[in-house]
Formats: sequence, structure tokens, C-alpha cells
Amino acid sequence: MLLRTAWRRAAAAVPVAPGPTTAPTRGLRLRVVDHATQSDVPSATATAPQAESELRPLYMDVQATTPLDPRVLDAMIPYLVNYYGNPHSRTHAYGWESEAAMEHARQQVASLIGADPREIIFTSGATESNNIAIKGVARFYRSRKKHLITTQTEHKCVLDSCRSLEAEGFQVTYLPVKKSGIIDLKELESAIQPDTSLVSVMTVNNEIGVKQPIAEIGRICSSRKVYFHTDAAQAVGKIPLDVNDMKIDLMSISGHKIYGPKGVGAIYIRRRPRVRVEALQSGGGQERGMRSGTVPTPLVVGLGAACEVAQQEMEYDHKRISKLAERLTQKIMKSLPDVVMNGDPEHHYPGCINLSFAYVEGESLLMALKDVALSSGSACTSASLEPSYVLRAIGTDEDLAHSSIRFGIGRFTTEEEVDYTVEKCIHHVKRLREMSPLWEMVQDGIDLKSIKWTQH
Amino acid sequence: MAASSRAQVLDLYRAMLRESKHFSAYNYRTYAVRRIRDAFRENKNVKDPVEIQALVNKAKRDLGIIRRQVLISQMYSTDKLIIENQEKPRT
Repeated sequence: MLLRTAWRRAAAAVPVAPGPTTAPTRGLRLRVVDHATQSDVPSATATAPQAESELRPLYMDVQATTPLDPRVLDAMIPYLVNYYGNPHSRTHAYGWESEAAMEHARQQVASLIGADPREIIFTSGATESNNIAIKGVARFYRSRKKHLITTQTEHKCVLDSCRSLEAEGFQVTYLPVKKSGIIDLKELESAIQPDTSLVSVMTVNNEIGVKQPIAEIGRICSSRKVYFHTDAAQAVGKIPLDVNDMKIDLMSISGHKIYGPKGVGAIYIRRRPRVRVEALQSGGGQERGMRSGTVPTPLVVGLGAACEVAQQEMEYDHKRISKLAERLTQKIMKSLPDVVMNGDPEHHYPGCINLSFAYVEGESLLMALKDVALSSGSACTSASLEPSYVLRAIGTDEDLAHSSIRFGIGRFTTEEEVDYTVEKCIHHVKRLREMSPLWEMVQDGIDLKSIKWTQH
Repeated sequence: MAASSRAQVLDLYRAMLRESKHFSAYNYRTYAVRRIRDAFRENKNVKDPVEIQALVNKAKRDLGIIRRQVLISQMYSTDKLIIENQEKPRT
């Protein structure tokens, strides 16, 4: 009791002390001058300009990463503070308790996807898991099988792994997708050759939120005796997945997409029938020889806790996120003409909404929406000015591809945040369109496709 | 231990809500308050005493989590979100 009051007093004292060493990690500040936001206050010009407030933007980019769930952090802290043993130390209690935590986490991850704990290998993230799955399977069966199949809308790490395998002498077929973003199953069937070792199709796309028909693809692959890998980083914990029902042989899981820590992930590798994988990382033979290196106990405990929380909260979150997504799209579509939603509206994960605003440049809209953290396309391609390859693959026109914004709704997103985002988005799109000469021409009834642009 | 009475469950509910309102981060604060309300409402008609006891035990563990995480949230607090400036404090 005494200890608790002392702790409380200490906690209360810390934020009060200013001093030169305040908040070493203050993070990104947003300097906002308030005159623009108070449109309904008549005396806005009369009041002295408010002190530049430093407020943080709203976070609507959950496909890039998610905040840690407090329950996850609570599970991790003991392993960062007291139980710091190496789980591979077999001779003392520090090692044993760390190993017990690691195995418990493995069980938590396995039960989320309907797997056996022995089939879960911890890695440093979905990128490493994808590399292990694709390169590991391809190289192991190299003597007899030289062909792989994937899609054009996969994550960069999958496409890049396939490209490096092509340099090693493998053949890769990149399946196109329909306008809806979903692959054509007949094309997949006809692409499978006798020497195909692996088919890799992601479950939920990170840019447009499209859900691929995983169960059907699993059925096709198992009937043709081809291994099926899916990058389920955006899907795990959000939609129900079962590796046996869907006949999945390999699956990549990412920690920081399901409210867990960054720097950890897992790969599911089927044991019955056994999928053989050539290890990428050599060392002391940890993780059944498939991924050597000390398993980071605090991180995997976090991943396990995140999976358990996701399993409990899946239905509640899905219902809420669907409602908020419906609210966002309805409000925007009702107030603005010429807005296109990219991706199939039916086979779609609601928390990832990709909208193209015609006659508005995407970058300028993002800059205008500075109070909201958004992105156009995936984080790993946002540095370049090229429009996203995913949008190009679904056949979006160049100009619409440049004007797309991805809204992410997650477990912690509130209705107020959605309403604020919608309001600002509508306001800025209208403003940018007012300034756009293309919009003027469209309003005058000119068909933009009929214009012959001259060079001068 | 005697089965949890209605009064104990209500006390637990009030304690959890009261504690959750101290989260410094907007998203965690609103989530905790909303989730607690919805969870208690959802389980309002559970009759089986064993099940009720299990739920109460889980709630007590969660209250412990909330208390610890609220302290951490306050120790490492940062600037408010843009939306907190405009709405009433403490939704």
C-alpha cells in the first residue's frame, strides 16, 4: 500500500518537472495555427492568433503498422526487465523460464491459425518469413522442380525473392489480376506445370484490401500436388484463418500488423505432409534448424499475446471496423462525385479502403491532410514517385492511380477520428478541384480523353 | 470464495471505467472505456455461476493490466492529438 502511493507520487512527479532534458523523444510535432479550423467562430480574426499548438496527427495508416495493444505491452515487460534469460540456455532457471514463455507464445500463435505449435517458427518479420518460404522451398526441390507461380499484386519482398530466384535459373509466372484485384482461378490452374514447386498468393492485399479466394486456391494446389504459400500478414487475427480447412502449406505472419511489437514474425510450415525447406540462416540449429539465432523472448511473448488478444477480439473488431468503414465510404461518396473505390467491394477486408479522387493529385491531397496520417500505396513504395504497381495491375488509369489515398481503420480508431478525416478530406478535395483546370474542363462538359495535348 | 454478487460486479465495472479514464493516450483511453462498457453489457445475462466467476477473474486481471498501463502511459505521455483539442475532454 505504502509502495503503491510512493509509486503513484513518483509517476505524478515526472511529467511536472520541465528542465532542459524534457522528453528526449518528443516525436513529430504538428504546428497548427488555429485560424483555419474555426470557421464557425465569427470573431476568428478579432482574437489574437493562438499560440502555435503542437498537436499530433490522427493515425489512419494501420496497414503500415499498428500501435501496441496495452495488453501486449503488459505481457512483454516482465521479459524485458526481470526474466531476461536466453531461451536456449538449458542449464538454469533463467533459461527454463524464458523457454517456457517462448513455447507458450508458440502455442498462442498456433491456436490462432489452427496449427500445431511444432509447425510455427519465429522469425524477424513477414519479410523474412516470405524469403524463407519462397527461396527455401524453391531451392530444396531445385533438382526436380524449377517453376514458381505468384501474382502481380504481391508484396515487394515476395516479388523481389522471385526475381532473385529467376537470377538463379528458376522460372516464375506472375499471374495477372482482374479489375477487382482477385486472381482468375482458371488462369492459375492452367499456369501450374508438372515442375511447379510453389504457388504464393497473399491473403489480404495491403494496398487495396482485397481478399483472395484462399480456400479455392488451396484446393487447386493440393489436388495438383503443389505447395501453397500465403503471405497473411494483413489477414492474421482479422479474418478467421485455418490452415487445414484452407489447405495452406506455408503462411507468413507479421507481429506489427496485429497490434504486436515490430521486429518479430512467424512462419507456419506444415508437417503433415511434411514441407521441406532449405534454411536461409545458418547457425546453432535453433527453431528446428530452419532459422538459427536466439529467439527474442520479449518479442515473441508480445507476438503470442497479440495473437491471443486478436483471437478473442476478432468478431468485435470486425463488426466495429466494418461499421466505421461503411460510414467513411458512404459519407465521402455521398458528398463528392467522381470517387472510385479500388478493389472488389465484396471480397474485401473493410479496414483497408483505397479511394481514387479524380482530378486531384494524390500527393497534394496527402500534404493538405496534414492532420491525418495517411498514405497512398504501401509504405515500402511511398519513397518513389511512381504510382503503385498494385493499382497498375488492377488496370487503374494513370491519372486515377496518382490520385489514390489509402484509409486504414483499426481496433483503436474512433468514430470521431473517422468523422474528422472525412470532413477534412471532403473540404480539401473540393478546394483542390476548384483550383484544377481539368476539373473546370470536365464541368464544361469536355471529355478529357478526346483532348489532343500538344507539346510546346 | 463466495460467488460474485451483483454488487461486486458493478464495483469492478466502475473501478475499471474510472481507471481507464486516466489513460494519457486518446486511442487507448477511448478503446478501454468503450470495450469495458460493451463487454459488461454483452455478458449481462450470463446465469451460470462458474462462468460468471471466470469472467470476473478475467476482469480483475484486466483491471491490473489497465492500472499498470495507465501509469506507463502517463510516464511516457506526449502531445495530444489534433482531435482532442476540439472535443470535450474525457469522452
